[in-house]
Amino acid sequence: MMKTGEEENKVENRHHALGFSDQDVLNMYRIMLTARRIDERLWLLNRAGKIPFVVSCQGQEAAQVGAAFALNREKDYVAPYYRDYGFVLAWGMTVREMMLNNFAKAEDPNSAGRQMPGHFGDRKLRMLTHSSPVTTQNPHAVGIALAAKIKGDDIVSFVTFGEGSSNQGDFHEACNFAGVHKLPVIFMCENNHYAISVGLKHQLACAHVSDRAAGYGMFGRTFDGNDPLAAYAAVKEAADRAHRGEGPSLLEANCYRLQPHTSDDNDMTYRTKEEVDAHKKYDGVLTFAQYLRDLEILTPDVEQQLEEQIRSEIDEATDYAEQAPFADPDSVLRYVYEEKD
Amino acid sequence: MAVISYIEAVTQALKEEMERDEDVFVLGEDVGKRGGVFQATKGLYEEFGEKRVIDTPLAESAIVGVGIGAAMYGLRPVAEMQFSDFMLPAANQIISEAAKTRYRSNNDWSAPITIRAPYGGGVHGGLYHSQSMEAIFANVPGLKIVMPSTPYDVKGLLKSSIRSNDPVIFYEHKRAYRLIKGEVPDQEYTLPIGKADIKREGTDVTVITYGLAVHFALKAAEKLAADGISTHILDLRTVYPLDKEAVIDAARKTGKVLLVTEDTKEGSVISEVAATIAENCLFDLDAPVRRLAAPDAPSMPYAAPLEKQFLITPEKVEQAIRDLAEF
Repeated sequence: MMKTGEEENKVENRHHALGFSDQDVLNMYRIMLTARRIDERLWLLNRAGKIPFVVSCQGQEAAQVGAAFALNREKDYVAPYYRDYGFVLAWGMTVREMMLNNFAKAEDPNSAGRQMPGHFGDRKLRMLTHSSPVTTQNPHAVGIALAAKIKGDDIVSFVTFGEGSSNQGDFHEACNFAGVHKLPVIFMCENNHYAISVGLKHQLACAHVSDRAAGYGMFGRTFDGNDPLAAYAAVKEAADRAHRGEGPSLLEANCYRLQPHTSDDNDMTYRTKEEVDAHKKYDGVLTFAQYLRDLEILTPDVEQQLEEQIRSEIDEATDYAEQAPFADPDSVLRYVYEEKD
Repeated sequence: MAVISYIEAVTQALKEEMERDEDVFVLGEDVGKRGGVFQATKGLYEEFGEKRVIDTPLAESAIVGVGIGAAMYGLRPVAEMQFSDFMLPAANQIISEAAKTRYRSNNDWSAPITIRAPYGGGVHGGLYHSQSMEAIFANVPGLKIVMPSTPYDVKGLLKSSIRSNDPVIFYEHKRAYRLIKGEVPDQEYTLPIGKADIKREGTDVTVITYGLAVHFALKAAEKLAADGISTHILDLRTVYPLDKEAVIDAARKTGKVLLVTEDTKEGSVISEVAATIAENCLFDLDAPVRRLAAPDAPSMPYAAPLEKQFLITPEKVEQAIRDLAEF
């Protein structure tokens, strides 16, 4: 039977089966888009000389936001890494806080300007503080899970890192510890194909980071990191397993880093514009928007409204953060140790 | 007051803290059924079970890193490094993570972990079971490094370390474990981290040291007293951050200062003590500050005569005090 043109274009609704309403996926998209627009603004601010440094999330927003939606945002503990703009926004950090972080101002909840941007951490959000030597957060996430198990608390501990990091000793030690003790940890590798300039084939001898799961006796899965629904499904499955006492999981989001490593990097010294452009076709922010358009959830009106709201939110946050004070220089000696009154 | 050994003081402190606070737990290699290779955690597995006395995979970075995570959750981990020589795989977790958790989060998070590690030589341990590792961590603000010399200090300071809201490295001299015995009160007590202790009052020469060398100094002082030389002995107890006030007072007391460490000389903890004295006590000194330490060779060799050559001894301490007294 011949299909009508309308039927041929019809896109399968994949989010209802996951329990998401149209509004839910629109919220998901809004966070992805906010992360992208913040990132784009940061590059402008950096090139204008307003902020010294940018570490970019572009190309990884879909995996980050989808993952956050699969966790319990009231209970679970998370250890996001420095590209997780989409994740931390979904987890409760505000646009203003993101800008305060990037302007390194006193009000930045992550570190009050002590750390470089993107080094997240906020105790009230159960978000662990994060450093620059990569993968040190993995054992911490395992420690959270171990402590919760000792206390009998039913939570999941979620940690992210790049595929470059997955070659570090701490990655192995953390996975092995979690596997041996069957702890409720979700290790999510955001494989963006580059460790600064070093591409995948010089980093891994196996096809997928998730292949390593078998060696730790844990569940492993690779999913499309450009699809927030695939991220949601994978993290949800891992979380369900953790709650059932089936131990840790090693997930791998297959993404692509669309920007240089940081604002101090020139990626054209090691990859081509053609390569980057080819991957832009799969950019999750664009493809998920198309999915929502095809289902008429993201109508032109909604889209315009969304862009305007986000733009004004970022404008406001940028102005606020730019004008906010730095921490008092004398505070450099504070909090080396506990201060008792 | 009961007389107990140095290692019994460790075990008692752990046991009593675990009884006092259910959030205290122990993790490390062989700490469970085996009770530790030195038996420091003996009996804890039987009393508190495998949930609170955790045998870990052989992976020091994970032992510390997992401990940090548990501390962030609100527990009180006591991580055992089987030998201080094997701490280096965990150095990144200690220096980049535990030490900086509070600072980098602007006081939002903290990492109240205690890292116990046996150190020191004279046990035929060769290059990698004999080292003093304190200098590596003793210029890392955010850490505290405790190195007690007596069972009394061990027990009181280990309890304080576990209760501290900051990370503490607690070094135990492995040769002192069974060699050193001392009185410990029957009732509960703790001792303050960061405070040095005068182990002997004297007027001619000041010895500033820590760990097993305190006993060498005490032994030497006893002999020298017979010759009319009066030795003042300050036990640092916490080697980082230093109790500068106590160091300055002790240096001023006699004007002649001998600094002793079992560690290799250059860049050791006593070098910082010497700098503190130089900055503060120039006009109080009657002799140059002297340092007695191990030679600047990588570590102490295994063969007995070589090990003996490397080690400081009560005799070497005695001679150094005598030289200073006669200066």
